[in-house]
Amino acid sequence: MSTRATPFRGSLTSREQVAVYEFNPLVLILVPLVAIFLQAFFTAKLRWLAVLDLPMMVVIYFAVARRNPVTGCITGAIIGLLHDALGGPAHPIGMYGITDTIIGYVASSLGVKIDVDNPGTRFLITYGFLVVHEGVYYGVGRGLLRQSLQWSWSHVAIAALINAIVGVFVYRLLDRFKQR
Amino acid sequence: METILGRYKNLIVLAVILFGQLIALAVQVKRPTQEGEMRLIRVWAIAAVTPLEKAVVHSQTWVHDKWVGYVWLRNVRRENEQLRSDIERMKLEQARLSEDANMARRIQTLLAFKEQYIENTVAAQVIGTSGSEQSRVLYIDKGSDDGIKPDMAVITPTGIVGKIVQVSAGSSQVLPINDQLSGVGAALKDLRLQGILKGAPNGTTTLMYIMSDEPVKPGQEVITSGGDRIFPKGLEIGTVASAEPGKDLFLNIRVIPSARLDRLEEVLVITKIQDKLPDAKDLGPIRASDILSQRLPGVPAAAGVDAAGNATAPTGGASPSQTNAAAGTSAVAPGRPANPTATNATKPAPTSPVSGSAQKPANSGASSSGAASAKPNSQTTAAPARKPTTAPGPDTTQPPAAKPDPSEVPPR
Repeated sequence: MSTRATPFRGSLTSREQVAVYEFNPLVLILVPLVAIFLQAFFTAKLRWLAVLDLPMMVVIYFAVARRNPVTGCITGAIIGLLHDALGGPAHPIGMYGITDTIIGYVASSLGVKIDVDNPGTRFLITYGFLVVHEGVYYGVGRGLLRQSLQWSWSHVAIAALINAIVGVFVYRLLDRFKQR
Repeated sequence: METILGRYKNLIVLAVILFGQLIALAVQVKRPTQEGEMRLIRVWAIAAVTPLEKAVVHSQTWVHDKWVGYVWLRNVRRENEQLRSDIERMKLEQARLSEDANMARRIQTLLAFKEQYIENTVAAQVIGTSGSEQSRVLYIDKGSDDGIKPDMAVITPTGIVGKIVQVSAGSSQVLPINDQLSGVGAALKDLRLQGILKGAPNGTTTLMYIMSDEPVKPGQEVITSGGDRIFPKGLEIGTVASAEPGKDLFLNIRVIPSARLDRLEEVLVITKIQDKLPDAKDLGPIRASDILSQRLPGVPAAAGVDAAGNATAPTGGASPSQTNAAAGTSAVAPGRPANPTATNATKPAPTSPVSGSAQKPANSGASSSGAASAKPNSQTTAAPARKPTTAPGPDTTQPPAAKPDPSEVPPR
């Protein structure tokens, strides 16, 4: 139950210091596992739900809440690798790992600079990060692994919109686990 | 030095983590897992997630069963009556089809065709997926403890689903036919053209390697060809949605799978397939009248009684064309060389392929078409074949030259 204040490094939104939140270690373990479980479970019932990326939302949330780039990219790597591990032969381990590591790093770096507790801001960063996520995934798959992935701007835009809307509610739910 | 490390600590950590994962990717590309192998991290992830999925799915099933079985019984009585009448109707249908199947098996025996019988299956529930859009693998709640092994076929009563790729003790990973790495030996049921059904990253399935001058049309059925040695021949895959000229003189045929791959709940894993010659002994002795009816068109018809004890159509009612069809089948058997076309044309009919309580028939429609297509004669072959004994009416259309050779008599 502590709130640390980071030194100000040039806020984009306000001159106030940005709070750093901490979480119970159990929450840090269980929330990603539950997110991956829900992702795997619900897509078995309704395939189109695969458009949602709950693990990525969890990465973004923890990264911006803890505002530490090192823990952000480690959290992203672990969650991404776990997500990878459930994939099939067409999905080598490391594809989500790399994308979520980058997302975790960038999100925590962004969290240091701006206040991301606002739903509007959350919507925008989730939208932006999903586009980045898809771009990095496409780049890794196509560029490094020569996979026949297809890029569709409309699909990415719609997926980002859906994730951003759902993300606002997911973050609201996860706010309950914050300790300050 | 210390200052530089401290100053760029975040970036260094990021670079190290990314580099490690890039190395891991390179290792996987360089050394893909062998059949049956599974990376340790996958074992951990599956061990962490699948027990929870199994628990949720089984609880859900339990609650659903109790609700449907004990509470929500609305319309059950009416449905029951409807089902009873359906059963009666299907009994009659089955009796007719069993006759067709028996005859087809006799022909196959004569031609020494090998059939693939689904001898054993295991029912399993789908408990999860990979959770990503790119990979379409499914997880089922049966694993090596239940006798599941890699490369076993996974089906539903409506069509095939995919094959097992990785197995752990309590769960297995299924590669569905619409995954980009999937490939299934397939054939167009009517045209008897064989190709390969491939999945795509967007989840569509395409039948490849069919020449562009073939008359493929939307709505035609696609079945397994058995060429992949995973799926038994004759199982339903889906229907043709569109056929357009592709590159390299081949058609680009999009196929809609019959099984609802996006909403699967229960599947059957084929754990044992047996290659065997259809056993004509099981079909009962061939009566002298059977042979006579094929050889002597003038033998008066006896009232047919089928294997199920149901009266069949009066023998005199058979049309000359039907008689011809029957005679045609006997003429096919040993006298003709088993040319590839004819072999292709005859679909081994898995008429009673599944045994055991958890098993369902793989393809009930296969037998009749197999029987029909085995006969090279004209249009009458398209009609459901009748047992020769029941249709030996006077054949005025048969020219004297067509009298069968004694060597064409079935061996018994």
